[in-house]
Amino acid sequence: MPRDVAIASFASLVEPRFDGDEVEVLAPVIGEALRAARLERRDVGFTVSGSCDYLGGRPFSFVMALDAVGAWPPIRESHVEMDGAWALYEAWVALQHGDIDVALVYAFGRSTQGNLYEVLSAQLDPYTVAPLGIDARSMAALQARAMLDAKRCTERDMAAVAARSRGGDVEALLAAPYVASPLRAHDCGPAYDAVAAVVLVAGDRAKQCCDRPAWIRGIDHRIEPHALGTRDLARSPSVELAGERAGVRKAPVDVAEIDAPFSHQEILVRSALGLGPTTRVNPSGGSLAAWPYIVSGLLRLGEAARAIHTGKARRAVAHATSGPCLQQNLVCVMEASDG
Amino acid sequence: MSEPVRRIKAPVRFEYTVQAGKTLSRFLAGLVEGRILGRRCPSCHKVYVPPRGACPTCALPPGDEVEVKDTGTVTTFCVVNVPFEGQTMKLPYVYAAVLLDGADIPMLHLVNAPADEARMGMRVRAEWAAPGQRKPTLESIQWFSPTGEPDAPFESYQEHL
Repeated sequence: MPRDVAIASFASLVEPRFDGDEVEVLAPVIGEALRAARLERRDVGFTVSGSCDYLGGRPFSFVMALDAVGAWPPIRESHVEMDGAWALYEAWVALQHGDIDVALVYAFGRSTQGNLYEVLSAQLDPYTVAPLGIDARSMAALQARAMLDAKRCTERDMAAVAARSRGGDVEALLAAPYVASPLRAHDCGPAYDAVAAVVLVAGDRAKQCCDRPAWIRGIDHRIEPHALGTRDLARSPSVELAGERAGVRKAPVDVAEIDAPFSHQEILVRSALGLGPTTRVNPSGGSLAAWPYIVSGLLRLGEAARAIHTGKARRAVAHATSGPCLQQNLVCVMEASDG
Repeated sequence: MSEPVRRIKAPVRFEYTVQAGKTLSRFLAGLVEGRILGRRCPSCHKVYVPPRGACPTCALPPGDEVEVKDTGTVTTFCVVNVPFEGQTMKLPYVYAAVLLDGADIPMLHLVNAPADEARMGMRVRAEWAAPGQRKPTLESIQWFSPTGEPDAPFESYQEHL
């Protein structure tokens, strides 16, 4: 049996464009997360962050970001060049060892410093795919086209997701021109800047740190092949498997936070997780309302936990994604103590 | 059969617009005026030059602004013998950590001294670009040059390495 671990607190700042640098913005958010969990810096047994140097075009930005946590005296620290959701997974694993009770997870990224769609093309196969010049939005459009062809959604379904996530009238949205057919502007989450911090606490100590802890009942992540041509883009076997291993279908889900920066991806993930009509999907607006790459997955975990903290949900699911067209996916199931 | 492809060129270029942030922007603006502005940590009272978004020891946002002198002491250095793109100095040249008078953390810059004369404790002074030529960049200081003063004793900077 895994050790009981809960998300005890969550803090974030999401803006169209920061005017401070990462450390200036991150330090107060980390402080807010620790205060909300009634903890101090010295209580943290393990610190782990997620970021991506390609966003700012400078190497080792996670080292500079460590100023925001005060790494003296020396701390136990790690980093993933991935969304902060995977940093949270590493922290959850670290807490399973049983030698520490508190872990701090944070993510930071400013997607507005460069052209996000082009920057994401740097993760493609450098020999056969990247030289085609295909960017992230074009690849998402290929996936949307595959879903339309397979009759797994319609453009109207996609517009309905956009209308719920970021407002607007479906008819008016459908009248807009394509930006990358079949995607319209409302189908694509706008690049944002963000920082987020989550405090994980294990065992009974979590009850001292949070009145209504969001207990992690299952967490799993799975990956599909790198080459787009080997995948059926209208399905997501990695979400299906991660959702099954995390135990999504064991009980009804009140709230699901899905990391879908493109509207059709929410439809795909929702279906792959087997969520029913009573589940409220992305009440936060999700990654379609604001897409701070590398932070958006940790934001989904934090928002799902917040739904439990505030009593708006007893059982919540969070999803995070990485790679083109939902290549890699993480699914986490959280419950209140009475859930 | 045509010739097999043995090699491809796939150039990658990304453009970024980077904001220096509030703290560093003050420092860079100061350079245009010929001033070196640091910030003092409100907890450990160390003066950081260039200032940082948070004190790396205390994790607190920076406190008071402090103007430091443009003279200082070489705490450590290296001699660059390797050519690379964008170099402005003739090899071999000296790249040093300079503890400015009034600062607690050294900053890195060029030292315009023969490589075989560089040493710890060497006293140096900033050589500024002409006032009309200064921009919000460290290049507003061309380099540091030896002042000719006696070397600073090791004890005076041993806590600042």
